[in-house]
Amino acid sequence: GKLTLLCDAKTDGSFLVHHFLSFYLKANCKVCFVALVQSFSHYNIVGRKLGVSLTAARECGQLVFLEGLKSSVDVFFRAQAEPHPLQFLREADVGNLQPLYEFIREALKPMEDGQAAWRYPVLLVDDLSVLLSLGLGAVAGLDFMHYCRVAVCWEQKGNIVALVHDSGDAEDEENDILLNGLSHQSHLILRAEGLATGFCRDVHGQLKILWRTPSQPAAQRDRSLTYQYKIQDKSVSFFAKGMSPAVL
Amino acid sequence: MAAAADCGTGAGSTGSIGAAACKNNVTSFQRKGPRASGTDSGCSRLVSIAGTRPSVRNGQLLVSTGLPALDQLLGGGLAVGTVLLIEEDKYNTYSSLLFKFFLAEGIINGHTLLVASAKEDPADILQELPAPLLDDNCKKDFDEDVCNHKTPDSNIKMKIAWRYQLLPKMEQSGPVSSSRFGHYYDASKRMPQELIEESKWHGFFFPEKLSSTLTTEPRSLTGGYRKLLQFIQNVIYEEGFDGSNPQKKQKNILRIGIQNLGSPLWGDDICCTENCDNSHSLTKFLYVLRGLLRTSLSACIITMPTHLIQNKAVISRVTNLSDTVVGLESFTGSGRETNPLYKDYHGLIHIRQIPRLNNLIYDVSDVKDLAFKLKRKLFTIEWVQDNYLRQERNIYPPGFSYLLKQKDSAWGEGSLQHSTFLMSFLAKATAFASRLVRHSEPLKQTGSGRILQASGPRLWHDGRRQATPGLLAIPPS
Repeated sequence: GKLTLLCDAKTDGSFLVHHFLSFYLKANCKVCFVALVQSFSHYNIVGRKLGVSLTAARECGQLVFLEGLKSSVDVFFRAQAEPHPLQFLREADVGNLQPLYEFIREALKPMEDGQAAWRYPVLLVDDLSVLLSLGLGAVAGLDFMHYCRVAVCWEQKGNIVALVHDSGDAEDEENDILLNGLSHQSHLILRAEGLATGFCRDVHGQLKILWRTPSQPAAQRDRSLTYQYKIQDKSVSFFAKGMSPAVL
Repeated sequence: MAAAADCGTGAGSTGSIGAAACKNNVTSFQRKGPRASGTDSGCSRLVSIAGTRPSVRNGQLLVSTGLPALDQLLGGGLAVGTVLLIEEDKYNTYSSLLFKFFLAEGIINGHTLLVASAKEDPADILQELPAPLLDDNCKKDFDEDVCNHKTPDSNIKMKIAWRYQLLPKMEQSGPVSSSRFGHYYDASKRMPQELIEESKWHGFFFPEKLSSTLTTEPRSLTGGYRKLLQFIQNVIYEEGFDGSNPQKKQKNILRIGIQNLGSPLWGDDICCTENCDNSHSLTKFLYVLRGLLRTSLSACIITMPTHLIQNKAVISRVTNLSDTVVGLESFTGSGRETNPLYKDYHGLIHIRQIPRLNNLIYDVSDVKDLAFKLKRKLFTIEWVQDNYLRQERNIYPPGFSYLLKQKDSAWGEGSLQHSTFLMSFLAKATAFASRLVRHSEPLKQTGSGRILQASGPRLWHDGRRQATPGLLAIPPS
């Protein structure tokens, strides 16, 4: 029952999402993926490079995929009979994410007959910052994550992985509220940053890993590690700071 | 290409870094090799649409943006189903030119156009499209342009370091005779009327649609955006771009062009105040638009006056929601117009974001300081030597840039005050030293913000050596 927070600042942290998706699918877990940023075929093609097939997983029920872009078009232009997970797109004032939460809860419910015994359920959210752009407040996002944590982490002993953008110096207060709130609740924070000196061909960025224990008192120190990475076609190579093969 | 030949001669007296850079350039040219054959090598079902070609890297279908130089910077072209956001320059001179290039490319290739504007009537926009350059006329123009470049080049060779010869000039090759992808346009002439009349286009002029009635929901967007979205969705659905209409045999691309999105003319006050009521309209519009594009065969160009948007958070959200973002900064009226460094150019072009589609990595060009100029007839994009040592940063470890030339330092232009051998030796030494030192302070921005302050190697702090993880101590668990 852990919450992992993926954070990216000035660079694209989506390689972490692809990694976790393929990791949990290979580990035979039931995954609910809320993909708000890209289409299904994008994740499918990258997943194939990393060794999993999303179409096969979706067909046998291991993966429940909510494609944000496609469903938003349906929700926006046609009034839906039953509440749709992205119902807030149609509402004028600040909506809430309850239909989305119900959808996730329904998707990750353990099956009664127990024929396909997957391991613990996992919720992957591709981008929580996009929810802020779509008209929701930071408080709604935090409430949603809290409900999901109760349902997934505590009741079903599953994991949650969520990606949030760090706006840096763009003064996005709502994003900062969401990011700070989630980083206090999470057990593991992976922070992908661009290099401070700017663009580099051989080192794409820096990854800071922070292990936390939210429930314990702050006297115990958190462990942290920093690596620099370079993204390649099918994998990501990590090395210690300054030890890029291009420099040595 | 000429740069690859220079690589062989220039690499004689240098160390291993030179060879690495040379190798990278050779492989990057190999990557561009299949581009010359273009549509011949693609798979048949993707190539059947005119004016498109599959990407070399990930097989994504690409369309040309109308500027072959920009296509090269974006990794071959604009992917179908994505949004190209152009951040306008201050007086909207060059961004409207890029907008017109995009539409003109659509007419030449026979694509369907959808032009939306709140300022000009789409019919007027189409009348002002630039004419395509035909092969016989422009070849001699190109030859004289290339000759003009040759003489300053030979002078520059002596002054700058050898490495700069390896960096490719953008798009020096002339128009290919069988150019099915990416045409050149003459900005001084108009497109012939018969070509415009043959083409199929839909126009959305916002002031005309103000009074028309429409369905009342959903109310979450401001009126202009809602109507535009419904118009686009109607066109996509009725013309069968999303594949829902089985009777449409001929597949075609829909090119959508939206001008000045976010300006007050669309009924949005995001450019007027910092805390606006409808701050989510624009971002919601972009999200649903991207959803529409992903499920249909269309590509979209949007020009947005981001310099007017007061709320920086909105700009970053808009950037995150778009796929490709290109920013234009023209020199008109700014202090840089008189800067002798920029005397040939009309502005800077910044490639702010390129999408990673179907891939973990993406095509990014190595040069970051790009300037554009509108030379008589052609719009060219070239690398400008702004900060001479900026390219050096690519091979040095982070934390070393305090030794590099700052923007307004006392060093003269056109000369290097040190040898490159010494720099490479220092690079290796500092790489070794930086592993012994913990850099824990956050780095602050100094000066213009162009170059971030980097921390130097701190070996002594308060008279004592700082704690050294890694090599000399076991990290606390």
